[in-house]
Amino acid sequence: MEKKATRESYGEGLIQLAEVRPDLVVLDADLAAATKTGIFKKACPDKHFDCGIAEANMMGVAAGIASTGKLVFASSFAMFAAGRAFEIVRNSICYPKLNVKIGATHAGISVGEDGASHQCNEDIALMTALPNMTVINPADDVEAKAAVLAMADYVGPTYMRFGRLAVPVFNDAATYKFEVGKGIQLKDGKDITIIATGLMVAEAIEAGKALAEQGIDARIINIHTIKPIDRDIIIKAAKETGKIITVEEHSVIGGLGSAVANVVTEECPVPVIKIGVNDCFGHSGPAVALLKEFGLCAENIVNVTKAALGK
Amino acid sequence: MDATLKKQLQITATKVRMGIIEGVYNAKAGHPGGSLSIADTLTYLYMARMNVNPEDPTMADRDRLVLSKGHTAPALYACLAHRGFFPVEELKTLRKIDSRLQGHPVLGKIPGVDMSTGSLGQGVSAACGMALSGKISNETYKVYAILGDGEIQEGQVWESAMFAAHYQLDNLVFVVDNNNLQIDGAIGDVMSPYPIDEKFQAFGWHVITIDGHDFDAIEKAFNEAETIANQPTVIIQKSVKGKGVSYMENNVAWHGAAPNEEQYNIAMNELQAQLDELQK
Repeated sequence: MEKKATRESYGEGLIQLAEVRPDLVVLDADLAAATKTGIFKKACPDKHFDCGIAEANMMGVAAGIASTGKLVFASSFAMFAAGRAFEIVRNSICYPKLNVKIGATHAGISVGEDGASHQCNEDIALMTALPNMTVINPADDVEAKAAVLAMADYVGPTYMRFGRLAVPVFNDAATYKFEVGKGIQLKDGKDITIIATGLMVAEAIEAGKALAEQGIDARIINIHTIKPIDRDIIIKAAKETGKIITVEEHSVIGGLGSAVANVVTEECPVPVIKIGVNDCFGHSGPAVALLKEFGLCAENIVNVTKAALGK
Repeated sequence: MDATLKKQLQITATKVRMGIIEGVYNAKAGHPGGSLSIADTLTYLYMARMNVNPEDPTMADRDRLVLSKGHTAPALYACLAHRGFFPVEELKTLRKIDSRLQGHPVLGKIPGVDMSTGSLGQGVSAACGMALSGKISNETYKVYAILGDGEIQEGQVWESAMFAAHYQLDNLVFVVDNNNLQIDGAIGDVMSPYPIDEKFQAFGWHVITIDGHDFDAIEKAFNEAETIANQPTVIIQKSVKGKGVSYMENNVAWHGAAPNEEQYNIAMNELQAQLDELQK
């Protein structure tokens, strides 16, 4: 299967977006080569503005541009977009409800060798806590590009999370349809449901296949929009399968697992077992080895699922 | 400045000051000191300079003003009311539970406000974004940002200063209200931002220093800013915190405190006397 990092899809998606939204403006904070807005800059040099290493100002500039009616993306690493610039995102973007899209790349521990200072496992928690904010975490190239294109007519503050690591492209570009806030059932199943987001969706698919071989019929759901979350697909899964495993490359505090648990505790209480980063910092190392070490891989999903079913 | 216009502006500025006191007194909270120090310049901008239209407050080619020192919202609200964006009577609802006049300005909540502010150091970046947007699509509007002198201790202000000079935003003017006082005392004692003029110069700005209570100087400064190409302009206005109310002048205690009934009456009587003198 072809592999591609969703940050590349982001850069390419922006070029396509500029065709339907000529008013598009893209900002970056001295990371254009890494966030891949550099691809966009090459294609549309007059629509790309570097803000230098000044993320706080960049978010405010984005707010000001949005207030004049243009479509604007502000890009940096997740750590700086959601972390360093948090209060500007809150007070200058979300509070006035301005149409700013934040393109946050290098999310999660799959940043790899740079180590924990750059491995942001808290951005979903921070961004979903903000009123007016939509949070999208695409799983592969097809979904990431579709999500970027969907921003042509999706109005409001939106945080989009992209990865550094090349991951399998499992969606079919010809048939894939992206809808903000709509989860996607990738495989039906009756024994248990595995809900994954972002780079963990491909791992969940692999886990589903391995479990099937061992006689366990797991439902697999891709949640690309953490907020607003698709309550219906989660409640249906809770009712029909009775147990949920969540998988995310993010802290188990305040991410997908917490969002799913919030929904089921309100409407259909069932056990929710969270696979994610367990309230700790990462460290340097190759991305794939790190993911494995932190249990963010098909093998661990299989083990946790079997344990949850007492098998 | 034309003598008639100057007289009109002095009269309106005094009414704006009365609106500030009215609002803060009724709210029993708010920030009168810095509102009074910026009242003359804000009055000039809204009454004599800016292309705004109360009948069409969101018109695309309007000049924009970002009150980066958002706590001085009472001054902004009073100017907007006197410019016709909403009834002057509404100033009395400042900070009340059902009011459109929030403690700090909110975009979309009340006509005429161009950006939500309140967290210091943030409005300036939004102003830069508005100015850049204007450059991108060849708009003719101007963008003004009002900063406190204490506010410029925020690092984001200098990020924005670098940005505006780098992108040659000559459609952008910052006004630093240099009343020399912040909550904890004199700015030079708390954390000196001086020399403010040399700092902006070093960041690539055109710098003008004026008396912020002299309408001739204010008009001259904004005229000069219009002539500067490829460079943003900062107007550093020396001002008096609490200007116009004797017991509030240069007294940091009035940064964020409301007058009681007796103090309110003294303030309004003083301002009424100033108004009567102007209208003689």
